[in-house]
Amino acid sequence: METYSFLRHMADSWFLLAMTLGFLALCVWAFRPGSRAMHQEVAGSIFRNDDSPADRNPAQKEA
Amino acid sequence: MWDYLKLAGLGLVAVCAAIAANYAHDLAYQVNAITVMLAAGIAFLWVLRTAGDVKPDRRHEYFDSVVRAGAIATAFWGAVGFLVGVIIALQLAFPQLNFEFLQGYGNFGRLRPLHTSAVIFAFGGNALIMSSFYIVQRTCATRLFGGSLGWFVFWGWQLVIVLAASGYVLGATQSKEYAEPVWYVDILITAVWVGLLVAFMGTLFKRKEPHIYVANWFLLSMILTVAMLHLVNNAAIPVSIFGSAQVQAYAGVQDAMVQWWYGHNAVGFFLTAGFLGMMYYFVPKQAERPVYSYKLSIIHFWALIFLYIWAGPHHLHYTALPDWASTLGMVFSVILWMPSWGGMINGLMTLSGAWDKLRTDPIIRMMVVSIGFYGMSTFEGPMMSIKAVNSLSHYTDWTIGHVHSGALGWNGMITFGVLYYLVPRLWNRERLYSLKLVSWHFWLATIGIVLYASSMWVTGIMEGLMWREVDANGFLVNAFADTVAAKFPMYVVRATGGLLFLTGALIMCWNLWMTVRAHPARATQHSAVPAE
Repeated sequence: METYSFLRHMADSWFLLAMTLGFLALCVWAFRPGSRAMHQEVAGSIFRNDDSPADRNPAQKEA
Repeated sequence: MWDYLKLAGLGLVAVCAAIAANYAHDLAYQVNAITVMLAAGIAFLWVLRTAGDVKPDRRHEYFDSVVRAGAIATAFWGAVGFLVGVIIALQLAFPQLNFEFLQGYGNFGRLRPLHTSAVIFAFGGNALIMSSFYIVQRTCATRLFGGSLGWFVFWGWQLVIVLAASGYVLGATQSKEYAEPVWYVDILITAVWVGLLVAFMGTLFKRKEPHIYVANWFLLSMILTVAMLHLVNNAAIPVSIFGSAQVQAYAGVQDAMVQWWYGHNAVGFFLTAGFLGMMYYFVPKQAERPVYSYKLSIIHFWALIFLYIWAGPHHLHYTALPDWASTLGMVFSVILWMPSWGGMINGLMTLSGAWDKLRTDPIIRMMVVSIGFYGMSTFEGPMMSIKAVNSLSHYTDWTIGHVHSGALGWNGMITFGVLYYLVPRLWNRERLYSLKLVSWHFWLATIGIVLYASSMWVTGIMEGLMWREVDANGFLVNAFADTVAAKFPMYVVRATGGLLFLTGALIMCWNLWMTVRAHPARATQHSAVPAE
């Protein structure tokens, strides 16, 4: 099959369908039960570690 | 040992560049080779002077010096890019400004790619690299991966900008919109981009936080997709290794399709996904509240990933491109409207419960307006991709208006907000030099964009209508020159809008400069800690 037909076939059939289904699956996954707590935790994570990394060496932490 | 290797490498590059400059077939190539030689020479001297120095252990600090350099570069290239934009806007309104003595170097055709590349890749690119480095370190709670790799990315990118810009003026271009740099600059871009990917991914891999915050998803998708787009679209064979001319790997409609697959995804991933990464980090930080809905941000992300990649053909309606392909591009562009507005709502609603900040905090105001323009241009874009609308709008100034409401409104305003957020923090200053000047910048920029966008709507629709106007016998009523004459007042309004936008940016540069200069550094939590 020449490239044109292959691309056209891909774009209007299985590849389009696969991508759509993949997208829908990812949306459903975002709403899975029990995800709320994790999402809240991640959304709040940006308010930590503003000034220095979490792996600061112990000597500095004690001071 | 590593220093010796660096010295050998840099010396080799400098010598090869000198040889290339000697054998150069064209002026642009020669100037670029000399630039590379000088850059390698300066880097050689720098490595030589600092070789063997004992480097302080900074593993437990963030790598912020490169972010500071990024902030300076973003502000500087922004001002340069906007200035060239105002110049070419005036050249369109007053063709006499294409001076005779600058023919071939300083006329509109040469300066236009200089403007687009300066604002997209120099201003936007530096903003993205700076933000990626800042965000990925904070959200991973660890220092940037790769030692001084961040510096290679920063200086490599500046070299790309200088080579591309000087090349355009001297005539080196591969004539692909937003991908004008010629083959050897493309190779350098690839090297720098791989460096960015390694630094970013490496930091993600050694993160101390259990989860990867969503802003990093957007930034990583930007880095990966741009790498893919760049490699495919720039496939070309150089005519000679001592010249800037090259032959494209594709031809005809295939080349056009690859170009606009690249072009639209450059908009979708460089100017949208990357800047959304900035939005999803800096807006919650400035508002001091977490993002409105984390789930919505995930859906926003995946929707953009799955949809944008299909939308390119809408740039080629009514061309040799097969009809089904342009219909497919149109349909996906229209579908894109929904997730884009989802993301806009997510950004705006992050302020819910803190709307009073709009009144008191001009930085939040800037970010909110930028999100508003994101919503506006992601509505306008799908509308213009509809074939019936496109038959009126394509090839007219409406397209230019659309691009600028996105670029000035969304990319520009969010970047200004980020710079105002970052500079006091990066230089350890209590606050900005003047919030009043931020308000001035805000209003100048907003009025500038409104003038720009509205004048381009008027002239664009007018052009479209004049071009399709036929008399009773089916003959075209207007010559092309008639539309050019009719557009003059709108071109003056557009240049005025651009001038206001540039003035605002210059005020920002002054304000940021004074912030760094004028205020004493605030006491940090580090200052109480004795050095090891």
